[in-house]
Amino acid sequence: METYLNQFSSFDAVEIGDEIPPLHKRIDRAQLVLYSAGSGDFNPLHWDQAFPQAIALGDNIVHGRMKFAALGELVSRWVGRSGRIRDIACQYRGMDKQGEGFTCRALVTSKQIDEAGDRVIELEMWTEAADGTRTTVGTASVIFY
Amino acid sequence: MKNFSLTDEMREIIGVVSEPWPIEVTTTSVRAFARGVGYTDPVYYDIAVAEAAGLRTLPAPVTYLGTSAFLPGRSHPVFSEPVDWTPALNHGLANVLDGGTSIHYEREIFAGDVLTARSHIAQLDVKESKRLGTMLVVTTVVEYRDDDADELVAALRTEVIFY
Repeated sequence: METYLNQFSSFDAVEIGDEIPPLHKRIDRAQLVLYSAGSGDFNPLHWDQAFPQAIALGDNIVHGRMKFAALGELVSRWVGRSGRIRDIACQYRGMDKQGEGFTCRALVTSKQIDEAGDRVIELEMWTEAADGTRTTVGTASVIFY
Repeated sequence: MKNFSLTDEMREIIGVVSEPWPIEVTTTSVRAFARGVGYTDPVYYDIAVAEAAGLRTLPAPVTYLGTSAFLPGRSHPVFSEPVDWTPALNHGLANVLDGGTSIHYEREIFAGDVLTARSHIAQLDVKESKRLGTMLVVTTVVEYRDDDADELVAALRTEVIFY
C-alpha cells in the first residue's frame, strides 16, 4: 500500500529535470471491479475473464482511464494542497494486464510564471510496465499557489 | 485495407452540441472513485480531514468529473453515459480503441457540485496506420458547467479511434 505523502512540493523548491516521487500500482481484478463501480465504466473487458476480447488478449486489462486517474493520483500526492492541476492529458500506447502492476512516474519539464501571473510547473509523465515499456504517456500543468 | 473517407453527412455533425446531461459529484461518489483508483490519502474520504486541510468538503480526485445521472433507457447499460451523447456516426468501422484523454480545469471540483455536461464532436480525422490500416479518429469535447453560477468548470477531450 502506498503511504500518504505528508511533505508536499513547493514552486520554489522544484527544478527542471526533477523526478517526482513515483507511485507503484498493482491492480488486480478486484481493484478493476472497484474502479468500474467508481467510474461507471462496466466494460466486461476489465472484469470478466470469460469475455471473448479478454480471452483473446490473455487476461482482463486495466482501463485506460484508470491509468489516467493513477497518473492524476501521482501528481496530486506530490502537489498536495500547494496548488491545483490545471491541465492533465495522456495517450494510451499499450495495455496493462490485471495483476501485473506498473509504476507511475513524472519529470518536471518547465517552470515559469505565465501571462496570467500563475506559477506553473509542467510535467511529463507515464506509466511504466515491469519491462520498462511506457504504456501510457502524458503531461500535466500544475498551478502553485 | 478498407476504403474509408469522410462524408458530408459526417462533417455536418462536427460542432453540434448535445442535449445537456446532469452530472453529480457527491461525497459517496468521490469516495467510490478514490477507492476505485486506490487512493490512500484520507482527504478524499474523511470530511474532517478535508476540513482540516482548509477545504470545505471532499475534493474530487483529479480526472473524476462526476458521475452521469443513470437513467434507465437513456443511459448506456455498460458505459453509463447518455446514449444520445453524440449523434451517430455511420462510419461502418467495427473496431474501437481509446486513443487519449485530456482535461482542462477552470477550478477544482468538490462533493456537492452539480454540473451540467454538454458534448460535441470537435474534430474528425482520417489517418493511416501501418498496423491498423485506415483509421477514423473522433475527437469529442464535453464541457462541464455549473449552470447556477454560469461558469465553465472543466472541459474533457477524448480521442477515440475506429478502424
